[in-house]
Amino acid sequence: MAETPIQRISTEAPKVAGRFGDGLRRFFDGDIWYSFTRSPVTMVAGVVTLIYFVLALFGSWIAPHNPFDMASLNLLDSLLPPIWQEGGDARYPLGTDDQGRDMLSAIIYGSRVSLFIGFASVILAMVLGVGLGLISGFVGGTTDAIIMRIAEVQLSFPAILIALLINGIMRGVLKENVGMDVKQGDLAYTVLILSIGVSGWVQYARTVRGSTMVERGKEYVQAAYVIGIHPITIMWRHILPNVTGPVLVIATIHLAVAIITEATLSFLGVGVPPTEPSLGTLISIGNDYLLSGEWWITIFPGITLAVLVLAVNLLGDWLRDALNPKLR
Amino acid sequence: MSEAAVVSRFDAPMLRAQGLKRYFDVSAPWLNRIIEGQPRQILKAVDGIDFEIPRGETFGLVGESGCGKSTVARLIVGLHAPSAGSIELEGRDIAGLSRTQMAPIRQRLQMIFQDPYASLNPRWRVRDIVAEPIRAFKLLDDPAAIERRVGALLEQVKLNPKDGEKYPHEFSGGQRQRISIARALASEPEFLVCDEPTSALDVSVQAQILNLMKDLQRQLGLTYLFISHNLAVVYHISDRVGVMYLGKLVEQAPAKTLFTTPRHPYTRLLLDTIPDLDMTGRARGPVAGEVPNPITPPPGCTFHPRCPFATDRCRAEIPRPLPLDDGAVVACHGVEEGRIPAGPSLAVPEKPERLG
Repeated sequence: MAETPIQRISTEAPKVAGRFGDGLRRFFDGDIWYSFTRSPVTMVAGVVTLIYFVLALFGSWIAPHNPFDMASLNLLDSLLPPIWQEGGDARYPLGTDDQGRDMLSAIIYGSRVSLFIGFASVILAMVLGVGLGLISGFVGGTTDAIIMRIAEVQLSFPAILIALLINGIMRGVLKENVGMDVKQGDLAYTVLILSIGVSGWVQYARTVRGSTMVERGKEYVQAAYVIGIHPITIMWRHILPNVTGPVLVIATIHLAVAIITEATLSFLGVGVPPTEPSLGTLISIGNDYLLSGEWWITIFPGITLAVLVLAVNLLGDWLRDALNPKLR
Repeated sequence: MSEAAVVSRFDAPMLRAQGLKRYFDVSAPWLNRIIEGQPRQILKAVDGIDFEIPRGETFGLVGESGCGKSTVARLIVGLHAPSAGSIELEGRDIAGLSRTQMAPIRQRLQMIFQDPYASLNPRWRVRDIVAEPIRAFKLLDDPAAIERRVGALLEQVKLNPKDGEKYPHEFSGGQRQRISIARALASEPEFLVCDEPTSALDVSVQAQILNLMKDLQRQLGLTYLFISHNLAVVYHISDRVGVMYLGKLVEQAPAKTLFTTPRHPYTRLLLDTIPDLDMTGRARGPVAGEVPNPITPPPGCTFHPRCPFATDRCRAEIPRPLPLDDGAVVACHGVEEGRIPAGPSLAVPEKPERLG
């Protein structure tokens, strides 16, 4: 059919060859970068986030001290004020905490811990929640009922309690069956990420389920059915891109919640080891000294955390709009 | 039955629906039914309809909202499985086939949707929307060839090939419907189900889309099932027209016959409502009554509460479709008994080749 137009068009085909199928390039093509450069607020937020990542990745070379090395700490240096205050020490620009750790170094090292646990658990919660929400909204029926009842049960407990529960069970299971002590090293991180991630999926699932149920009934989904697209492909390629908007916003807020949950768990003794304080741990240590005048222990990590959360939040806000073709 | 099996695909009509039914269970949840003592409620959206569409022709389906027109469309393209009856595509029954069995048939059977604002994925570029069937049916695999084909398809529906770069929201309703048509044509189908393709559009744009569809039918030899509640549109595009009322076909006839000598009282009622200058010449009565609740349809002929000619037989006995001499098929006791007075014969305008 219609050979002539095909022949005719071949000479003036638009110059988009090679773009087809190149999903990654399409995702990061000109439009998104353009909208990034158009918004000064977003650029500042992007630069700030980048600084955090650089600090987290290269912290061991940048930080003046290694606060995780117990042998290098000197209790005589504890609770020193920042350099510009009476009694400040040039070796410790932002003062020291109760163990004599340099605050600046502790913040840099702590950011690494917080960022890693925060992002990892947000990604885990997001994957779990978006996946289950999509299935729940798309399949419906009994599947939907089961997933949503689990979500509601979990929602009726505070997230921190769920995280504590999962954390405790995992520690117990690992110790009994595998003989591994979670207090040591990387295992503590894994357990933390899993417990924070699993405790936070419900919000994503409920949001995505709602949007999925709306999108599922639209005619473009039926058109895909008529073409004979597999339902899983429809879910993935048609519905998912249309329900991600609110997810990014939830994720940026969840990042702050995850970092604070980690701090709480660490404070309760089931988080990162006390010798390797995260931002949250530093803040909770500082809380004890806030009223006795040593404000720097809690304020500096607090500002660091607030700025990080704000920057990520702004980035998430921008990304949501940038990914929506209607708002470009 | 054995005779039907040996009919070659060239003799069989493009599409034949026989005794097609689709019931929906709209009962309250189980617990509510038990506690409140409610019975199961069945909605008979399509209740036993028969029609044939010869290759290259257009069958128009008209009726008020909620009469089951769209359900017929969905049954044919396989979005719903029929509760009973058969749908034959060139003699092969396609009703209730599984997704994989349906795959080769889907390529020949595509659909144009009603709402051009909802039928295109807002996150996809137009070129990907139009290319989706090509990729799904693996008609072409070379990216450059797909791109050329998409460009040609867009030209075929009078859009610019460069429009493929854009997103659906950058187009007007009429342009979006063209994209929708381009997507439907991408798999080179023979049969298109058009579910009210013009009812969401401005009148001026409606004419353009109808002309386009007629041109495409001529060029590509397409067969259409054209669903609409707009009688003027259906008259313009159809070779044969079926009138649906509460899930049943009450009358079907060649377009000209149906519009000049409408038989069924419901068809007459519909024709009375056409607000068209060319169709003046008859006293216009307001549409009496409303469509009854399809969950509890009236007994006998479902149209009897609104019918001025209803008798006791109409209230008790369901009328059977009755073929008449001039190709019309009417399901009406009144017509069968000859007690419905002949309406004034209408002067219907010749169908223009194109709408201006």
